Amino acid sequence: MRTDWTIYLTFLGVGLILLLPRAAKNLIRWTALLTGAAGLAVALQNYLAYNAWLAENQPLRDAFWHLADVVWIPTLGVRYHLAVDGLNFPLVLLNGIVCVTGILFSWNIEERVKEFFAFFLTLIAGVYGVFMAMDLFVLFVFYELAIVPKYFIIAIWGSTRKEYGAMKLVLYSFVGSAAVFVAILVTFFAGGGQTFDILYLARHPIASSLQVWVFPLMFAGFAVLAGLWPFHTWAPTGHVAAPTAASMLLAGVVMKLGSYGCLRAGMLLFPAGLLHWQWWIATLAVVGILYGAAVALVQKDFKFIIGYSSVSHMGFVLLGLATLNRDGMSGAVLQMFSHGIVASLLFAVVGRMVYDRTHTRQLDELGGLAKTLPFACVTFVVAGAASMGMPGFSGFVAEIQVLIGAFKMSPWLAALAASSIAVTAAYILNAIHKVFYGDEDDHHGTTSSHPLPPISVPEIVASLILMAVLVVIGLYPSVMLDMIQTNVDLFLKGLR
Amino acid sequence: MSGGYMQLFCALSSEIVLALAGLGVLALDLLAGRQREVAARRQLAGTVTLMGLALAVAPLLWQLGLLDVPLLGKTLVVSPLTILFKFVLLLLALLTVLISMEHEIGRHVGEYFALLLFGTIGMLLLVSTEEFLTLFVALELTSISLYALTAFHKDSLRSQEAALKYFLFGAVASAFLLFGLSYIYGLTGASHLRDIGAALAGKEADPLLGVGLLCVLVGLGFKVAMVPFHLWAPDAYEGAPTPVTAFIATGSKVASFFVLVKVMMLGFEAAGGSACWRGFESGWVMVLAVTAAASMLLGNCVAIVQHNVKRLLAYSSIAHAGYILIGLVAATSTGAVAVLFYVIVYALTNLGAFGVVAALASQAGGDEMEDFNGMAKRAPFLSALMLVFVLSLAGIPPLGGFFGKFYLFAAAVQRDSQSFGLLWLVALGIVMSAVSLYYYLILMKHIYVLPAKEETRIVTPGHVQLALLLCAIGVLALGLWPEPLLKLLKTFVIGL
Repeated sequence: MRTDWTIYLTFLGVGLILLLPRAAKNLIRWTALLTGAAGLAVALQNYLAYNAWLAENQPLRDAFWHLADVVWIPTLGVRYHLAVDGLNFPLVLLNGIVCVTGILFSWNIEERVKEFFAFFLTLIAGVYGVFMAMDLFVLFVFYELAIVPKYFIIAIWGSTRKEYGAMKLVLYSFVGSAAVFVAILVTFFAGGGQTFDILYLARHPIASSLQVWVFPLMFAGFAVLAGLWPFHTWAPTGHVAAPTAASMLLAGVVMKLGSYGCLRAGMLLFPAGLLHWQWWIATLAVVGILYGAAVALVQKDFKFIIGYSSVSHMGFVLLGLATLNRDGMSGAVLQMFSHGIVASLLFAVVGRMVYDRTHTRQLDELGGLAKTLPFACVTFVVAGAASMGMPGFSGFVAEIQVLIGAFKMSPWLAALAASSIAVTAAYILNAIHKVFYGDEDDHHGTTSSHPLPPISVPEIVASLILMAVLVVIGLYPSVMLDMIQTNVDLFLKGLR
Repeated sequence: MSGGYMQLFCALSSEIVLALAGLGVLALDLLAGRQREVAARRQLAGTVTLMGLALAVAPLLWQLGLLDVPLLGKTLVVSPLTILFKFVLLLLALLTVLISMEHEIGRHVGEYFALLLFGTIGMLLLVSTEEFLTLFVALELTSISLYALTAFHKDSLRSQEAALKYFLFGAVASAFLLFGLSYIYGLTGASHLRDIGAALAGKEADPLLGVGLLCVLVGLGFKVAMVPFHLWAPDAYEGAPTPVTAFIATGSKVASFFVLVKVMMLGFEAAGGSACWRGFESGWVMVLAVTAAASMLLGNCVAIVQHNVKRLLAYSSIAHAGYILIGLVAATSTGAVAVLFYVIVYALTNLGAFGVVAALASQAGGDEMEDFNGMAKRAPFLSALMLVFVLSLAGIPPLGGFFGKFYLFAAAVQRDSQSFGLLWLVALGIVMSAVSLYYYLILMKHIYVLPAKEETRIVTPGHVQLALLLCAIGVLALGLWPEPLLKLLKTFVIGL
C-alpha cells in the first residue's frame, strides 16, 4: 500500500469507531489500536522501501515519491497532491509510532471512550495529511482539520485548567493559521493564480520584495505551533492540561507540524525572504532554547518541566533550520523525529505512569517512586538521558548536528545554545532525584496503605517501543540520517 | 408587451402554485382544522404546505424553455441563475416547514404556514425581477410576512418586542429605499436595472446619484443585516419562533444578497469606485468595504459575550454579512460567484444550526447556552450535526464554510493582484474568523464538555433528523466537492 493510505486507513478507523456501540469499550480500543498499527505498518514498510530505493539510486535530481496527484478544484487550480521525501518520511513514521503508543497509553480511559478515539484518530489523520501534502491548499486543509480535535480532547479528558489550556492552544494555532492563510493567498496570486503546488511555486519563486514580508507571515504562522519564542506560551499550559495521549501528540507530533510547515511552506517557497530573516529566526530560536531550559529548571510541577523542556528542544529544531547548511538542517529534521519520541516517552511517564497513580504532579509531594514503580523510573531515566543529549540516544545525534551547523553560522549562537545542555541535565536530574529517589516519608510513592497499581501491559509495550526507537536511532543513526541528508542537499541546491 | 400570456404564466407558475397553496392552507385550516388538536392541525397544514412547495419546484424545469425571452418588458427575467436560486429558496422553505411542523407555533396554524408561503413568493419574485418597482413590492411582501411571523409567539413579550423592532426598522429602511429609487429614476429616467446601468455608464459622478445610491444601500443593507443597519437582528432572531428565525436567517438572506449583487453590479457598476489601499475612490464599493469591516468587527466581538444561542447566531450572521460583502467589494464576476456560493452554503449551514436549536430547545427548557449543557449525551446525533454546522460557520475544512470563505477572500485578493490593494480587508476578515472560533467553541463546550443538568434523552422525530442530516451532508459535500456548484455559478453569472 502506498504511504497515503495511512490517511485513508485512519479515517476508515474513525468511521468504524463511530459505528460501534458506545458501550463496547474494549472493541473500540482494539479498533483504534488496529487502525493505528495498520497506519504504522504502512508507514514503516514504505519507509524502508524508500530508504533502500534512495541508497540504490544515487545521485538523484529529485527524491520525491509522488503518491497522489489529481485535480481537486479546477477553478482554483487546487490539486490533491501528496508526496513523500526524506524530509517528511521520518515525520510520517513518527506520527505512526506516536499514534500506536498514544493509544496504548490511553487504554485506561473509561469515560466517553468512543468519542475520545474518534477525535484522536481524526487528529492523527489530519497530521498525516499535513506531512504529505504538496499543495498549499491541501496542506492548509489538513492543518486546520488537525486543530479542532485538540480542543475537545483536552477540554473533555484533560486536567488542570483544561478548558483554559484547550482554548488557548486552539486560538494560538488558529491565529497562526490566519497568518498562514494570508501568506498562502498572496503567494498564490503573486505566483500567477494558477496553482497552489508547492514544488511548482518553489521553482518559480515570487518577487523578492514580496517575499520579504510574506515569508515572516508564513514562517511565524507555522512557528507558533512549533513553540517559537515568544509565541510558545500555549505549549506548557496546553501540554499540562492535556490527557497523556494528547500531551504525547502535542509535544511529539503537533509541534512538528509547525516546524515542518516552516520548512516546507516557509523556507522552500521564499528563499529571498529566508535569507533576509535568517538571523532573526536563529536568534529567537536560541532565546527559546535558553528560556525554555531556564524556566523548566524552576518549575514545581513535574509536567510543566517537560512542557518547558519541549519549548527548549524545539528551539534546536528552529535553530537548525535557520543555519541553512547541511549539518544544521539535517540535525533539525532528525531532532524533530527524536524529540517526538523523547517527549512522548517523558509525557507518558509523567502523565500516565505517575500522575494517574499518585494523582499529584508536585515535585515536593512525590518521592521514592523508584521502589514502587521501578519500570517508570527506568523509562524516565532512559528518556531523560536522551533528552539531555547523552551519546547512544537519538537526541545526541540530532543536537550535535544542529550545534555543528550553528557553529558554522555563528560560534556565539552555537555556544549559547550548547550551554542549555547543562541546564537540561540539571532539571532532568533534579526531577529524577526528587520523584524517583528523594525523601520517602509521607509521600505518595510509599504510602503503604494505598499501594499503587502496578504498571500495566499496554504501558510496558508502548514504553518499550519508544525506547527501542531511541536506541536504534542513537546507535545506528544512518537509517534515518542518510535519507535526511540526501534530501537536505537537494533542498539546499533548490534554494540556490 | 412582449411574450404571450402563456409565457408569463409559465414564468410565474411557481409563484402561482405557492399563492394557491397558501390560500388552500388557510381555507383548509379554517374548515377542517378548528376541531382538531393543534399538533394535528400543524401536521395537516404543514403537509399541504410541503406539497405546495414541492409542486412549485416542478415548473422551474418548464421555465428552462423560456431563457432569454423578455417578459413584461424585461420586468421578469428567467435565467439559469434565477432558476437555481428559486430552487434553493424553495428548498430552504421546505426545510423550514419540516422544522416548523414539530415546533410550538400557537393556535394560528393556517396563518403561519400561509405567511411562510407568501414570504417565499416575495423571495422568488425578488430573484426574478430586474425592475425597481416590482423589486420593491416583492421586498415588502417578504418583509411584511416575516414581521408577522416574528410576532407568532403571541404570549411572549420578547416575540412582540422583536416584531415591533423589526417592523419599525424595516419600515424606515423601506422608506429610504423608495426615496433613493425616486432619485435614481429622476436622474436616469429608467427603472430597469440594465437601463440604469446603461444610462450611468461613462457619466461623471453626480452628488444626487450618491444620495440615491446611499439610500438604496440603506434599504438593502437592512435586509442583509450589515452594520450599522443590524440593530434589529439580535432581537428579531432571539424573539421570533426558532423556525421563523431560521427562515429570516436563510431564505431572506439569500434573496437579499442576490438582489444586492444584482442591483449593484447591473445597475451601478459605473459608480463603483475602489476600496484598494492607497487607491481609494468614492463609490458604493468604498461604502460596502467600510460596512463590511464594521460588520465583521462588531458582529464577532459582540458575539463573544452572548449567552443565548440564538442571539449568538444572530451576531455571527452579522459577522457573516461582513464576510460576504467582501466578495461584493471585489466587484468582479469572481466576486459575485463567491458571494452567491457562500450565501448558499451559509443558508444551508444556518438552517441546520437553527433547526437543531429548534429541535432541542423546547425539551432542553430554553435556548440559553446553559440549557445546552451536556447535549452530546442527551442527543448525540443532533449534537454531532450541530458540531458540523458550527464548524462550518467557523470556517473549518473540509466543510462548505471553509471553502466559501476561502473563495470570497481569494476573489477579493484577485481584484488587485498586482499590489494586493484589498488585502487589508481580507486580512481583517481572516483575523476575525480566528476570533469567531472562540465563541463557536464556547458553544461547543456547552454541548460537548460541560455536564448535563439532567440525563434524560431528547427524542426528535425522524423526518426532522433527516432534514437536518441532509443539510449537514450538503454542507460537507459543498466543502469536499465545490466544483460543480462553482462551475454552474460561473457560467450563469456572466449575464447575471
